[in-house]
Amino acid sequence: MPELIAKSALEGRSLNLGGVSLAEVDVGPITSVAVLPGGAKTVARGLKALGLAMPEPNTFVEKKGLRIVWTGREQAFLIGAESPVLEGAAVTDQSDGWAVLSLSGPAAADVLARLVPMDLRIVACPVGTALRSQLNHMNAVILRTGDYAFEIMVFRSMARTAWHELETATHMVAARAGVKI
Amino acid sequence: MRLTCPLCGDRDRREFYYYGAEDYLHRPAEGAPLADLDNYLHLRDNPAGVTKDLWYHEAGCSQWLLVTRNTVTHEISGVELVAGRKA
Ligand SMILES: [Zn+2]
Repeated sequence: MPELIAKSALEGRSLNLGGVSLAEVDVGPITSVAVLPGGAKTVARGLKALGLAMPEPNTFVEKKGLRIVWTGREQAFLIGAESPVLEGAAVTDQSDGWAVLSLSGPAAADVLARLVPMDLRIVACPVGTALRSQLNHMNAVILRTGDYAFEIMVFRSMARTAWHELETATHMVAARAGVKI
Repeated sequence: MRLTCPLCGDRDRREFYYYGAEDYLHRPAEGAPLADLDNYLHLRDNPAGVTKDLWYHEAGCSQWLLVTRNTVTHEISGVELVAGRKA
């Protein structure tokens, strides 16, 4: 079979404006791990071999480039490497279903606050937070990856809309910063 | 209006979808009298006071929630997961 070339949704687009950087990022394989009834113990064992565990709600954990993100009741996304078979869980490859954007810089939280109905201040949303919420009208998974950095996961079919929303909000925050009152 | 999802925490109304009365959790058993089915499908109370209804955390964890609220004071006094709940 010929080698197929994987293409990202936004071809690695990036933008720098007003101290905010927005860029599409390649996070590698994304695998959904949905624990089957009674499967918690064997899944825990399988994840332990990777140095990981099922994350607490609203959190993600990263170990050696491998990330596990809470995405719902008894469900997580394993991101960064191919998932091994995990006994006791429904394991499905979701890599092609998502687009991931990184948003960073001192005003990153201000940009996101225009679109997300959550308190994104560092006190309420510390590094390691994973939120399932909305980016304007789109369902999204939002990760607090640094004091001034987020990663935003949206359905791949929404990639350009998500980019448009974030780009517009970035322009508005930059314009607002330039207004003297 | 805000709801505190047992999994996600305190969230804005826009993340939730309203379904209807708690009655939907009490489907009559197979072979139950037609009157019970009629009641289950169509007959609803309209209380001034405490009521229980089902909400879906559509833009959050995708869980069904049983919400106890007061239609007079708008107080939300309970939010629990439908999943794993003892009937
Ligand atoms: Zn929730």
